[in-house]
Amino acid sequence: MVFCIGHSIISPLGEGSKANFAAVQAGRSGLKRYDHRFADVEPICASLFDQPQAFVPMCIRSVELATAGGACPLDSHDTIFILSTTKGDNLDLWTPAVGVASYFANPNPPIVVSNACTSGVCAQITAQRLLESGMYKHAVVVGCDLQSRFIVSGFQAFKALSPEPCLPFSEERQGLNLGEAAATVVYSIEQPTTNDQQGQDWTWSLESGAIHNDATHISAPSRTGDGAFLCLRDVMQGVQHDAIRLIGVHGTATLYNDDMERAAIHRAGLDSVPMCVLKPFFGHTMGAAGILETILCVMQAQQDKTENEQQVHVIKMLSGFGGVNAAIRLRV
Amino acid sequence: MITPTSVVLDGQPITVTQTGDKMLVELYRRFVGDYPKFFKMDTLCRLGFVAAEMLLKDHTTNDERSSDWTIIMANRSASIKNDTDYLATISEGHYYPSPALFVYTLPNIVTGEIAIRHHIQGETSFYVLDKPEQLEPIIRSTLHPQPSTLLAGWCECRTTNDFYAKLQLIWNN
Repeated sequence: MVFCIGHSIISPLGEGSKANFAAVQAGRSGLKRYDHRFADVEPICASLFDQPQAFVPMCIRSVELATAGGACPLDSHDTIFILSTTKGDNLDLWTPAVGVASYFANPNPPIVVSNACTSGVCAQITAQRLLESGMYKHAVVVGCDLQSRFIVSGFQAFKALSPEPCLPFSEERQGLNLGEAAATVVYSIEQPTTNDQQGQDWTWSLESGAIHNDATHISAPSRTGDGAFLCLRDVMQGVQHDAIRLIGVHGTATLYNDDMERAAIHRAGLDSVPMCVLKPFFGHTMGAAGILETILCVMQAQQDKTENEQQVHVIKMLSGFGGVNAAIRLRV
Repeated sequence: MITPTSVVLDGQPITVTQTGDKMLVELYRRFVGDYPKFFKMDTLCRLGFVAAEMLLKDHTTNDERSSDWTIIMANRSASIKNDTDYLATISEGHYYPSPALFVYTLPNIVTGEIAIRHHIQGETSFYVLDKPEQLEPIIRSTLHPQPSTLLAGWCECRTTNDFYAKLQLIWNN
């Protein structure tokens, strides 16, 4: 088990986890129609920053916000930087990771997790493993993707995009919307003891994680939700079903993804657990999605938790190209 | 280990007549031969796929293995070779984006291709790192809590004539 000691979200809806949580609570969405943002592509509905952003400064700002409390020694050998991204800075994934880690004078070579759309959850699993193995005491997990002509044209060619705001799990869903964001979560082997800037209420522990492949198709999920089911099975070990307060699903609003997730949740016996879907607010933020959505699902569970409840658990699950699925369980 | 001009399996050099991408096809014909989907793959996937086939050829697939096998791969350049190929389909004045190429613009697709071939429903993970040595602590920390049989290694491809794969099978049961 590792402990969250700081987190942040930067999205078109605002800067900081609290601002983004408040925006979602207020029902604000970052999704808009863009007719001419990217040359040649057809008009899209997406959640984009007003002005095109630079990748490395966006990640740096996200880390600064998440570590403002000073609980994580960023320049220490005990701290590892992990970047979750699919396209990085103009297709280069390694150089921007070095750019972020070296900005904070971190002496360790960073790690980039590039496991398609599951990267943000996989990066947290990697952080947990490295911390529990004793190699590091702190892990700064940054997720970021910015949209480009490259990505938009590809998803459009794939006919995966909805021209309207997406409708996850609706019978009328037409596909996904893309989004831009950076999100950071900082994990530590040391449990935070004081009510620091983030506040005890805003922390959680990462209990377990699992990654499984469907082994059926590189661009379509298993119809029976094999990989996602195996992930849920693994992260449910040692915990009762009724302890799960919320499942943060991927919910991209593509025909196949949502069906697959429903099948996997059913197989895992978790049908009665409320689901949290955030794509209608942020779009699919790719490398940032797993981190951004983990933070907001946990904040929701924290808000809903009653004083009598000692342990509430949240599951965050994702699936992606390459047949890969991932899930983590967090204790709130 | 596979480079554009040389192949070594279990410490023994394998004689090849071709180089680059053509050599990968030559290896496919010699070690696999019955998986036409190979020809749809980009060079990064062909490289990782053939390297994996050579290691796994003596180990038949069975259901027992499927959910506790782990595949971990890493490289420095992600999917840059296929990214470049895809970019050519959306160049100005020639905008015909190819979905078939786009799906290969993620480095982890190679781990998915191997998982499909061998029905491995365990973990598949892809990392972008500076050097192969950086993969060692990641592998150790992956195996520590959940021992499994692991196919792991470096799989780098910049062009059809500039690639390097070094994979190993780790039995950890």
